[in-house]
Amino acid sequence: MSAQPANEKAPDLVTIEIDGKSMDVPKGSMIIEAADKAGITIPRFCYHRKLSIAANCRMCMVDVEMGGRPMPKPAPACATPVADGMKVQTRSDKALHAQRNVMEFLLINHPLDCPICDQGGECELQDVSLGYGRSVSRYTERKRTIADENLGSLIATEMTRCIQCTRCVRFMGEIAGTYELGGMSRGDRLEIGTYIGKSIESEIGGNIIDVCPVGALTNKPFQFKARAWELIARPSVAYHDALGSNLWLHTRRGEVLRTVPRDAEAINECWLSDRDRYSHEGMYADDRVLQPMVKRNGVWQETDWDDAISVAVEALQAVNGDELGMLVHGATSNEEGELLVRLARGLNTQHVDHRLRQLDMADAAAAVPFGTSVEDMSQVGAGLLIGSQLRFEMPLLHHRLRMAGKAGAKFFAINPAKFDYTFDTAQTVVAPGQLVDAVLGLARAAVDAGATAPTALVEAINGATASDEAIQAFAALKDASSAVVVLGEAAALHPQASWLRAAARFVAEAAGAGYNELPLGANAIGLARTGVLPGQGGLDAQAMLAQPRKGYVLYGVEPPHDFADGAKALAALKSAAHVVAFSAFASDALKDVADVILPIGLTPETDATLINVDGKAQVLAAGAQVPGDGRPGWRVLRAVGGALNLAGFEFDDLAGLRDAVASHEIKTGGGLAERKAAGEGLVRLATLPIYRGDAVLRRAKALNAHPLTTGAQVRLAPAEAERLSLADGDKVKVADAQVLPVLVDADVPAGTAWIEAAYAETATLPPYGAAIQLIKA
Amino acid sequence: MNRITSYFKSLLLIELCKGLGLTMRYMFSPKYTMRYPMEHIPKSNRFRGLHALRRYANGEERCIACKLCEAVCPALAITIDSAPREDGQRRTTRYDIDLFKCIYCGFCEESCPVDSIVETSVHEYHFEQRGENVVTKSQLLAIGDRFEADIAAARAQDAAYR
Repeated sequence: MSAQPANEKAPDLVTIEIDGKSMDVPKGSMIIEAADKAGITIPRFCYHRKLSIAANCRMCMVDVEMGGRPMPKPAPACATPVADGMKVQTRSDKALHAQRNVMEFLLINHPLDCPICDQGGECELQDVSLGYGRSVSRYTERKRTIADENLGSLIATEMTRCIQCTRCVRFMGEIAGTYELGGMSRGDRLEIGTYIGKSIESEIGGNIIDVCPVGALTNKPFQFKARAWELIARPSVAYHDALGSNLWLHTRRGEVLRTVPRDAEAINECWLSDRDRYSHEGMYADDRVLQPMVKRNGVWQETDWDDAISVAVEALQAVNGDELGMLVHGATSNEEGELLVRLARGLNTQHVDHRLRQLDMADAAAAVPFGTSVEDMSQVGAGLLIGSQLRFEMPLLHHRLRMAGKAGAKFFAINPAKFDYTFDTAQTVVAPGQLVDAVLGLARAAVDAGATAPTALVEAINGATASDEAIQAFAALKDASSAVVVLGEAAALHPQASWLRAAARFVAEAAGAGYNELPLGANAIGLARTGVLPGQGGLDAQAMLAQPRKGYVLYGVEPPHDFADGAKALAALKSAAHVVAFSAFASDALKDVADVILPIGLTPETDATLINVDGKAQVLAAGAQVPGDGRPGWRVLRAVGGALNLAGFEFDDLAGLRDAVASHEIKTGGGLAERKAAGEGLVRLATLPIYRGDAVLRRAKALNAHPLTTGAQVRLAPAEAERLSLADGDKVKVADAQVLPVLVDADVPAGTAWIEAAYAETATLPPYGAAIQLIKA
Repeated sequence: MNRITSYFKSLLLIELCKGLGLTMRYMFSPKYTMRYPMEHIPKSNRFRGLHALRRYANGEERCIACKLCEAVCPALAITIDSAPREDGQRRTTRYDIDLFKCIYCGFCEESCPVDSIVETSVHEYHFEQRGENVVTKSQLLAIGDRFEADIAAARAQDAAYR
């Protein structure tokens, strides 16, 4: 008959009215969420959309009317759920009166030292007090003061300014999962602090600076450097892991002074890892190259671009095509990668590679995007981590899995040492030599459960036994509605990584789980797609060093730290006749091996395209100036290619280059490394410390003063230490080269010496998986 | 009638005498001309001349690097860099005023929460070399030290009206 009413609303919506504006909002949401969605501002301090509701600042008082009758008292908008027919006034006299009074109480113990406070100019307390407070203080009594806590090298504190909103406490508990902050005492004596006077050791602790609405927690390396109004915010992308966190570079006169997160719900939400937040300090290290440099008769001289490029061109022309190897850093942009490929083609060499840290090249593995999107990671039902120190490898992915863990997901891990996670994980720890067997055991569990193994693996899987843990883990993966297998760096860098990859991929397929391998480099996926890989008959990174070439091109690479086997890399580079380095930094090791250093810009200083783990290409514009006479890498490559008269360097601007960047099919070999029986004696486990991952991080002062940068040490299992009669703090001579302190650590399996890579003392030690000798010094 | 009046006026040199009388009056009245630079016109205590950075009585510089003067300066004449001092306090590492850019509006002084940057009554200064127009933190502090008594007296006089 007649038409249905048009405004039929979904059953889980209720209609409310805020400031006369009618809206349908989901049942169970709070007034403040509805108001935020509608663009109506309600002042708040303790409410944060990613944190639980505390309702302890009382700033968001609004006037609520239900069923035609006003509520007797104003209600906190953050903790009052919406109900059908509710009418909310955020600007009525009653609401404004309540807000003004709360504001007055909040300011009673606030020192009002805005002129010396770093938050001044970007302070929620300043803004809200201006908007909702009274203009003159009536308070003349004594204000309380609170002793400061030392939270370490990253976060500056001024706890007297704290208004006890507890956002930081909730962040450390709910998001970071380390529970490092808490509120002590109560009422007007409530103080926020660490319980035991230790510093914040979480890898994402820097976010409490952003959540703090006042100047109680501020950025320590940035302390007193600039005001918010002096800074120009430029959008950029993090380049220390392949997550590709979105961020703002806050620059002044072309220099990055600090970094803050940029909202990207599908990638980093509103958070940023400390690694991405504080790495900018390293960009302005003392050994930053400001002028092109040329080594003449063993002496380094600064020179101009024309001279340096002519020296580079001479060096490149002097080595015959096959004798030239090109080694490219994993964070290099697609544009630079494309130009390097063109350069290689023009110089007739097939030896190009960016997989410098991979030891096992048998399967010619190149990075591929995740099988599960980052956004979905927080909703998985079960997960298996293989050789992954995920907290340090990709801090915000670890946070996503923690979210899943909090929602009840089951996690299992097989690691070469007991790694720390902030979610519950059933962890199997095996020595690096047994890691392949352990993963094959899991594959065996998959076969026993009815899956068909790939032919290459059949024999190995039949020889493996499935432990109870493996059977449990596989069953949990299979039963979960969605599951993930994460292959971490400790597996991808393993000397028999091809086995781990093949077995893990099989397990993931058999369980219907997403297979996610952490790319080794921020743009490893992009470089693989651009084709920065050995061409027909070309040598890979390991082979290039094992069969030394006469000439090398190093692009953004810092020897020896960026190589899987630092000693081998240094030897090969040293024996080469010509080494042309494109580098932002001139370390002593680089000066030792290179003949010419062309200063290039780092990722934030370059127009670049990076591809993240979701396979999403993120185009970023240069946010900062390249210091000194340095130039963005693509310009330098353009000049070198032009000087060599090579094809493919005729473009005038970046747009001309980007048009021609082609995506290549990634071909992986699928071969397997030779299985080696685990030998006697100790085997080295080498992981990358969180703040030593690339040249910029290694120069970031505050990060290197953080407790997570432990310094070079040898970690041994208690049994192993006893056998060698070593105790904590003893010095041992490692592999006849370096003397390092010993740490006896129950997290390390027997037969293993866990020596982190990328420290000055450890970079040239025998690589991951190699036998290592300890002699008491 | 007019013609007769004007005839007698010119005959009796009345206008001439009036003019001479005026001349005579000024000749014997006190002189307005200042014998500058031996003499000075009295200045208001709000006169806005050369800038200075002040110190507290204990010798501590007042400036805390809040950068409000830099932000408020309409001529962009002030440049400040700041950093934590060894004792952890917020201090400027650079405080430059370009006196060629400065329009002597006095906003910097108005905005200063600690009465650190002030404009003194000094208006006699010159530059002999290029670059001298940019006065640095140490120069500004030295000016403040030299004229502290005058600056303090002027502020005290004006305090009642603020």
